[in-house]
Amino acid sequence: MERNSREYALWSIGMLLVLLFALIPVIWIISLSLKTPATITEGTTFWDRFIPQDITFDNYTALFEGGIDESPFIAPLINSILIASITTVIAIVLASFAAYAIARLDFPGKALILAGALAIAMFPAISTIGPLFDMWRAIGLYDTYAGLIIPYLSFSLPLAIYTLVAFFREIPWDLEDAASVDGATPFQAFRKVIVPLAAPGVFTAAILVFIFAWNDFLFAISLTSSDASRTVPAALAFFTGESQFTQPTGNIAAAAVIVTVPIIIFVLFFQRRIVSGLTAGAVKG
Amino acid sequence: MAEIVLDGVSKRFPDGFEAVKHMNLEIGDGEFMILVGPSGCGKSTALRMIAGLEDITEGQVRIGDRVVNELAPKDRDIAMVFQTYALYPHMTVRENMAFPLKLAKVPDAEIDEKVAAAAKILDLEEHLDRKPANLSGGQRQRVAMGRAIVRDPSAFLMDEPLSNLDAKLRVQMRTEVARIQSDLGTTMVYVTHDQTEAMTLGDRIGVMRTGLLQQVGAPSELYADPANLFVAGFIGSPAMNFIPAQLEGDRVRLPFGDIQLTSETRSRIGGDGAGRQVIAGIRPESFEDATLVSGSERDRGVTFRATIDLVESMGSELYAHFKLHHEGVESDQLEELAQDSGAAEVPGGAAEGQIVARLEAASPVKRGQEAELWVDTDKIHLFDPSTGESLTRSA
Repeated sequence: MERNSREYALWSIGMLLVLLFALIPVIWIISLSLKTPATITEGTTFWDRFIPQDITFDNYTALFEGGIDESPFIAPLINSILIASITTVIAIVLASFAAYAIARLDFPGKALILAGALAIAMFPAISTIGPLFDMWRAIGLYDTYAGLIIPYLSFSLPLAIYTLVAFFREIPWDLEDAASVDGATPFQAFRKVIVPLAAPGVFTAAILVFIFAWNDFLFAISLTSSDASRTVPAALAFFTGESQFTQPTGNIAAAAVIVTVPIIIFVLFFQRRIVSGLTAGAVKG
Repeated sequence: MAEIVLDGVSKRFPDGFEAVKHMNLEIGDGEFMILVGPSGCGKSTALRMIAGLEDITEGQVRIGDRVVNELAPKDRDIAMVFQTYALYPHMTVRENMAFPLKLAKVPDAEIDEKVAAAAKILDLEEHLDRKPANLSGGQRQRVAMGRAIVRDPSAFLMDEPLSNLDAKLRVQMRTEVARIQSDLGTTMVYVTHDQTEAMTLGDRIGVMRTGLLQQVGAPSELYADPANLFVAGFIGSPAMNFIPAQLEGDRVRLPFGDIQLTSETRSRIGGDGAGRQVIAGIRPESFEDATLVSGSERDRGVTFRATIDLVESMGSELYAHFKLHHEGVESDQLEELAQDSGAAEVPGGAAEGQIVARLEAASPVKRGQEAELWVDTDKIHLFDPSTGESLTRSA
């Protein structure tokens, strides 16, 4: 009993440390985003600097000032949302077909496909940037949605496929046989039985792909040149202060907080659906 | 309603394993056909070929008057119940049962009606809106049955539907299955490894081993007249005892005495009168405690003495185990023969020289004591040790 409570205490301390480590930067950013440009560097003690003296929302309102034409933030935000969503939808559709085939069928070259997918996922993205930049400019994909969606797909698909294969493999074969005897075509069996059952896997894969596309900075900064397709992470680098002599720290902090919110909502929303044991009751036990 | 015909059907898997070998079977319209055999005998593969879940390597499967070899399962008008039930866990019981009808684009009103009717038959009315995860094993099994019967298919295929239930429920569902089949009068092919289930349920039984159909017939026929060692050992519980014997002229020399064959049996066996090795098969119930056998009956059989190793009392009867002292034939030789013929795959049927006799409960036999036993020689089966074929089969 004593040992248990000591173990519990140690675990609690460990978790607390991890939590602090992860949350302090986030809290700091929020704190920064609420300070006026003048007070950003003020304060001598830790707590003075950590807690904003006079709270202001100017940094947030400034981001949206001037509507879509003037604001440096609205257009990239829309780009980010659209590009990440389109990437997620395409990746999930393609990955679920591919994963289903890999999980269910024995075809020549299956091992090669899986190994190839893994190799692509491990490939350092930075080494593809130069060639992509030249190629995209040559074929007119530079600074377009497609120009970002294509590399995002190629790097996130392997991950999505691997995740989904693991989930599809968990689904008993018998269910598919039952569906086909019940009169379903292979596609109906897939859509009405397999995909609903693999829903936790589908959502997991969707979150992973979305976060990857949403967070990417490397492709976004290299393959875009204007608000036509620049996403938020890249746009942040182009923020300017109110005058030549002020840092846009407060604005960047406010933008960073805003782009974090959709991810948190996304994860919380889908987390409720990621219920393990959804297949309970399919077969005996 | 349809008959199902398997015409020279074989199944070879890509790795070269031949699961079903040239199977010929005709299942009549409305018949309850059982395929039984030990695991790996090809019975499930045969069923899955009828269902269309497994490609047919060779031969032809006909349902009704259509050749279905190339038809997808959904076009074969069959319903199947799986060993694991294979219920859709994300759907309620109602949705599970309605699923095949929805796919067939049956109008909603009709679906409701049919699901309600099936739920009534299967006593599932209170559970229609529950998910499979919240049902007991027996209820899930009934939902699987329900999903099959709502469609009113031309045939039911059942792949060990009761093997996941506990013993008591299994007996209960067994009667249920039999009742449903006879009420609906639909052709049914039922796969099981349990010979008791096979004996109690089927109109006819097909016994399979290593991909080959060994014998097809009514339960009583398989029991009384097995075609070979394997069927003899597989059907019946406890299993038939196999004893090495010597055929000399019209007499069979058994370790516990000689038997005079009837001239009819002798002529069926054929061959010259010279000595020949055979395997005698005696069912446990062909033995009796000699003290309980009346005089006139006694003359029909042979009486011998044996030391009882073990007595199992079932209440209504006794199982007495004893060993025979073989003369001439080594028991390991018999074991080898049994292995070749497949009798060794039968639990308890291995030729270890251990004999089980079923005696009346009134018998006073005691463990470790010598008792006088009687065996009904009319009911002895003789098998050819090289082929395993029955020598005494009447057909």
